Amino acid sequence: MPGKLKVKIVAGRHLPVMDRASDLTDAFVEVKFGNTTFKTDVYPKSLNPQWNSEWFKFEVDDEELQDEPLQITVLDHDTYSANDAIGKVYIDIDPLLYSEAATVISGWFPIYDTIHGIRGEINVVVKVDLFNDLNRFRQSSCGVKFFCTTSIPKCYRAVIIHGFVEELVVNEDPEYQWIDRIRTPRASNEARQRLISLMSGELQRKIGLKVLEMRGNAVVGYLQCFDLEGESGLVVRAIGTACTLDKLSNTSAFLPACNSPSKEMKEIPFNEDPNPNTHSSGPSTPLKNQTYSFSPSKSYSRQSSSSDTDLSLTPKTAPSPQGPRIFLFPSSPTLSCDSPHLKKSCLLLSGSSLNPLHSSHVSPVVLRKSVSFTEELLLAASGMGSGSAGKEGGPFKTLLRQQTQSALEQREFPFFTLTTFPPGFLVHVGGVVSARSVKLLDRIHNPDEPETRDAWWAEIRQEIKSHAKALGCHAVVGYSESTSICEEVCILSASGTAAVLNPRFLQDGTMEGCLEQRLSWQPGFFSIGSEKGEVDFFPQSQDSSSLLGIEEASPPGCGFCHIPYDELNMPFPAHLTYCYNCRKQKVPDVLFTTIDLPVEAIVIGKGCLIQARLCRLKKKAQAEANATSISNLLPFMEYEVHTQLMNKLKLRGMNALFGLRIQITVGENMLMGLASATGVYLAALPTPGGIQIAGKTPNDGTYEQHISHMQKKINDTIAKNKELYEINPPELPEEIIGSPIPEPRQRSRLLRSQSESSDEVTELDLSHGKKDAFVLEIDDTDAMEDVHSLLTDVPPPSGFYSCNTEIMPGINNWTPEIQMFTAVRVSRLSNINLTNQTLNKNFNDLCENLLKSLYFKLRSMVPCCLCHVNFTVALPEDELVQIAVTAVAITFDKNQALQANKAPTEKSQQRASTDNEDQLQFPLELCSDPLASQPFPPAKAASLDKASPLAEGYLRHRSVPSCTNSTVSVVKMTPLSFLPGAKITKYLGIINMFFIRETTSLREEGGVSGFLHAFIAEVFAMVRAHVAALGGNAVVSYIMKQCVFMENPNKNQAQCLINVSGDAVIFVRESELEMLPVQPSTVVSQPTSSGGDVTT
Amino acid sequence: MTSDLDIFVGNTTLIDEEVYQLWLDGHSVAEAVARRLRGGVLERAGTSVAVLQSDTRDHYRTFQMLERLLHAPPRLLQQLLFQIPPSRQAMLVQRYYAFEESFARELLGKKLSKGTKKDLDEISARTGVSIKSCRRQFDNFKRVFKAVEELRGPLADNIQQLFLLPPPLARDYAAVVFFANSRFETGKRRLQFLTFGDFAACAQHMMLHWTQGALAPEAAEPDGDVPKSFLQDLKELKVLVADKDLLDLHKSLVCTALRGKISVYNEMEANFKPLSRALVNVGGKLTHARDVRDFFVDLVEKVIEPCRSDKWSPADLRLFLGHYTAAPRALPAFRHQALWERYMAVITACLLRMYHD
Repeated sequence: MPGKLKVKIVAGRHLPVMDRASDLTDAFVEVKFGNTTFKTDVYPKSLNPQWNSEWFKFEVDDEELQDEPLQITVLDHDTYSANDAIGKVYIDIDPLLYSEAATVISGWFPIYDTIHGIRGEINVVVKVDLFNDLNRFRQSSCGVKFFCTTSIPKCYRAVIIHGFVEELVVNEDPEYQWIDRIRTPRASNEARQRLISLMSGELQRKIGLKVLEMRGNAVVGYLQCFDLEGESGLVVRAIGTACTLDKLSNTSAFLPACNSPSKEMKEIPFNEDPNPNTHSSGPSTPLKNQTYSFSPSKSYSRQSSSSDTDLSLTPKTAPSPQGPRIFLFPSSPTLSCDSPHLKKSCLLLSGSSLNPLHSSHVSPVVLRKSVSFTEELLLAASGMGSGSAGKEGGPFKTLLRQQTQSALEQREFPFFTLTTFPPGFLVHVGGVVSARSVKLLDRIHNPDEPETRDAWWAEIRQEIKSHAKALGCHAVVGYSESTSICEEVCILSASGTAAVLNPRFLQDGTMEGCLEQRLSWQPGFFSIGSEKGEVDFFPQSQDSSSLLGIEEASPPGCGFCHIPYDELNMPFPAHLTYCYNCRKQKVPDVLFTTIDLPVEAIVIGKGCLIQARLCRLKKKAQAEANATSISNLLPFMEYEVHTQLMNKLKLRGMNALFGLRIQITVGENMLMGLASATGVYLAALPTPGGIQIAGKTPNDGTYEQHISHMQKKINDTIAKNKELYEINPPELPEEIIGSPIPEPRQRSRLLRSQSESSDEVTELDLSHGKKDAFVLEIDDTDAMEDVHSLLTDVPPPSGFYSCNTEIMPGINNWTPEIQMFTAVRVSRLSNINLTNQTLNKNFNDLCENLLKSLYFKLRSMVPCCLCHVNFTVALPEDELVQIAVTAVAITFDKNQALQANKAPTEKSQQRASTDNEDQLQFPLELCSDPLASQPFPPAKAASLDKASPLAEGYLRHRSVPSCTNSTVSVVKMTPLSFLPGAKITKYLGIINMFFIRETTSLREEGGVSGFLHAFIAEVFAMVRAHVAALGGNAVVSYIMKQCVFMENPNKNQAQCLINVSGDAVIFVRESELEMLPVQPSTVVSQPTSSGGDVTT
Repeated sequence: MTSDLDIFVGNTTLIDEEVYQLWLDGHSVAEAVARRLRGGVLERAGTSVAVLQSDTRDHYRTFQMLERLLHAPPRLLQQLLFQIPPSRQAMLVQRYYAFEESFARELLGKKLSKGTKKDLDEISARTGVSIKSCRRQFDNFKRVFKAVEELRGPLADNIQQLFLLPPPLARDYAAVVFFANSRFETGKRRLQFLTFGDFAACAQHMMLHWTQGALAPEAAEPDGDVPKSFLQDLKELKVLVADKDLLDLHKSLVCTALRGKISVYNEMEANFKPLSRALVNVGGKLTHARDVRDFFVDLVEKVIEPCRSDKWSPADLRLFLGHYTAAPRALPAFRHQALWERYMAVITACLLRMYHD
């Protein structure tokens, strides 16, 4: 199905001076798509050219439409020598290919040059006419919608969630081709940008094909990543969850003003158009009659290809051998052995048992080695399979299980990249499953057969699947994949949360009517108080939910905590207790997951960001030896990371982690592990025990004193944290629980992570010897450090909260002010005395200081919460550690936060918030325009004595010809899937951009900081410009997936690659929504918001 | 562990007004950190010096990147690189273009040339404004001067449009440009008692009444100059002092009107002729560039100082000037009434403004 792409170049502004003699520029524009190029005329001697070109038309295949970016190059005409490039704009036209997204791209785009950065702006209008209007997209994947958001997008409902889709394409990296030696850095960077743009287009198209084969129409939780494998090539891979989505038709009725903003844009003159005349395509304009030069130029020869796209049900690779799996259950008594010695040997044992596996992989296969290491965290819960737990459960559950199984087993990988689900979708959560594999990269000999990469991932996924099975789960949710590459070694990682899902959401047909109701519950409604009114869309939801037997089986507030595995045949030892909420089924003492906190979960107090940080030195080595030493280190790192997480969780008096993300980064001489998660106190789980430390030499008096001092500090910290996070679970009378419960919170007696709720505890806790090798043992400096590091984690200053999930449990009165930011730090580790401890300390300090400086910078927003705090660690060079953080600060109403903030701090908060009001004006006033673009408010009348000089001057300024009257629209960016106090009315398409920036004058640009600061600001600006051109006013689910920074200060050079993505949307402020007439019928059905009540 | 690279970029550009002022005042990062420490930000936010340093550096970097845009404020409004709320943009521009009056006073009437720029360290030492800040202020004057030099229409309005300044600030800039253009002498010892505000007010009156823009906004000549034809015409006023009869008649009219109304009547009566001569001749000399320079010197030397030594009160001066200006209406032989009033409006306003200690 071919289409016609139409492009019009309107004008430029603020172009750089290209002709030193005249201080002016003779600019013209080349518009290229595929192999076709058009040119505008030269607009002589102007820094603000008005080209007003005719419509350049490209007649192309839809395949090309999907793969190719539109490439706009601005050049300076030079009569005697070659024309100089000013810069380029790449426009992804994908959003124009599906009917519900944008219909036109029009606006000012920054002109970007990889060497000079942004150099002026260009105004472009792009449209696509797809032929064959009926059945528009059936023959291609053009119609498939993509969302980065890892939940069902607002204003859609999921009819069916089909499941996992993945694809990867490989190519040679232009940076490493021979030609790179002779071409300029600019040419090389541009080749790379263009190639990656092509590859991601191709990847998206192929994923789309798979979705169509599954009879879906959308991909949710789409995550695309690049592996820069250096010499061995460039891999672009993506995963996502295929769904069939339906647009909520009510939206338009509900929001008459906003249902078709982009359509309106088509008709109304573009308000950013500096010269309205261009729209009347009358021949009177002399420019119209000019002939354009048409020069089919050579296309970039590319050799990328994809892996097989077949959807065969048989696994492509044999399941990887079930290696020794190390179960790390810090909470279980089995691992906390009776003596430190034993403990060690236990670990050694597991370590050595890895080796056979490792070598068995290596020997038969050629050069490639693979070691996988997995662990499952303990989570726990109800007697799904056991039948012993619930009287009502029995037969129904068996049936349910069978259904789910059959639904899921048709899929090769029952994985879901979603992290938030409609209530009732998650039946039980088993725990975190993860797998890592160390691979040696070699050149991809035949890019058309990228099977090795495919096989690697298939192997890992298979492993994840089997781990999930071992936990009694059929599915993995919150699934993600990542890599870390250093030279020729690559660590592939995958992790997710094993879960049992409600089969009805996964089946076609049958229960669809009901499903729609259920699935269209959108996560976040209840937690975001402002989303009221949403429920009105689903008047029958209460009735339909009663149809789902599952509701009875597991009460909404705690059902997901109940163990999915068989109590009598547990995959690992764990302490189980009866659920503290329903008291009917079993729950584990601690729950770790990679998903967001389910909206229905009952949480006590607030949550907080918990991080485990770890470094391990390793010898520099080559190839295989290197891979071996890395794979030997991995299990220890995983264990320590989990121990740290567990300790820190207990230190905060919490019992569950959400959004867990463990990143292991490999460098030349070290490995770094960084785990981030949001700790909460789930009402359904038992109260966590305290932390007990003990010395090894009990006779030494001063030592004992030291130990007890330490112990006191720990206990104090726990108590303080409980107060800080408002964790005051109700005391439960013993009889109700029906199993031995601990004397509530009696500190001094417990092992570091002992659960108070199990029988063994009372035996184990009798002090001496029963200690964990990593925390209790104070007799070596290592352990001392660990304890210290536990205590050095400073809580955020008053008024601040932080989490790495979408929403902060316990805060639900968000105000609309948001501030998304990226912070990057690169630190040089001191060369001397590199030991694990100093490394750990340095790394810890680096992270803590970074957090501190974030709190300081955002102090004017207090009270606020940093949400979706996302740390990324890289080891670009020997002694360099790079940490990048992206997060969003959201303010909330302090009145409800007051409990947390003591009286003395109150005053300062008030002051801070009045300061704040200045800034508040901005969003309030600026985002008040329900239409797509939100220009800064135009000044009304200009009188001399008016207070606002800016707007006034600006108005008058229109008469000055050189500066056009366009305004810059405000675009909000957030890593979250929602905007507080606003309703997303339309998704305009995915933003997926890749930029390279290079400099050969690093010092002149302000050093590395100046260089990167400017580059990140430029990336933000380009994202905003694209969103604004699509008619949007925000990017949600924004993520910076890659930030690769390299410097060579000696040569005064630096290079940086950044890859970002997100969903462009139109949102409307809730306050405006209220002003619109609400349909009376929907208001009546309010009471059905039952789900929301649970959380409050 | 040292941080080689340390940056923070917000989608909405964070701007700390306190740090901005420190940057504008020309403090280095280290000085700014020290000042912030003294300001007690640490106690309030409870953080470390390292954090403060990193924060200050971030802000400084942002300001350096913004500076290019601040040179052409309309670009700040249009640029896509920094997302800044309009109120903050206005603040940025306003503060960037704000200047120390003591510094501007020194610079009034000087040529905004490289030579003057070289002497800035002297001015800096004299005024106590840091040299970096002096350079920024000087460059601002020069930039504004260059931008409006060739433009038509009222100077202050042009400046306001091109630099998006609040009207009072735009008017001050117009005064600076006007002075730089006309090169009035302001540095003489006897003029030292006059402040920037005095001169700015005088310049504004001159622009309001004398320049072309004042008569027809779309006039052909730039606003910075007083039209030659007007200055030429001023020579005609000399008749008031050259013609003995007119002078006597003028004096008697003024004296009649003022008798018993001012405390310094006798001194006034005695000094009427030299005063009148001075007042009229100041205008007559304006056709020569060299004499233009002496405009303020003449007013002070020949009008203000004699009056002051005779202990005129400002009210006396006001009354006198009022009647002095009005009296020629009753002189049948005097045919330049409109010209006279246009001229005297400025002279009166200037004198009243300048008549203080």
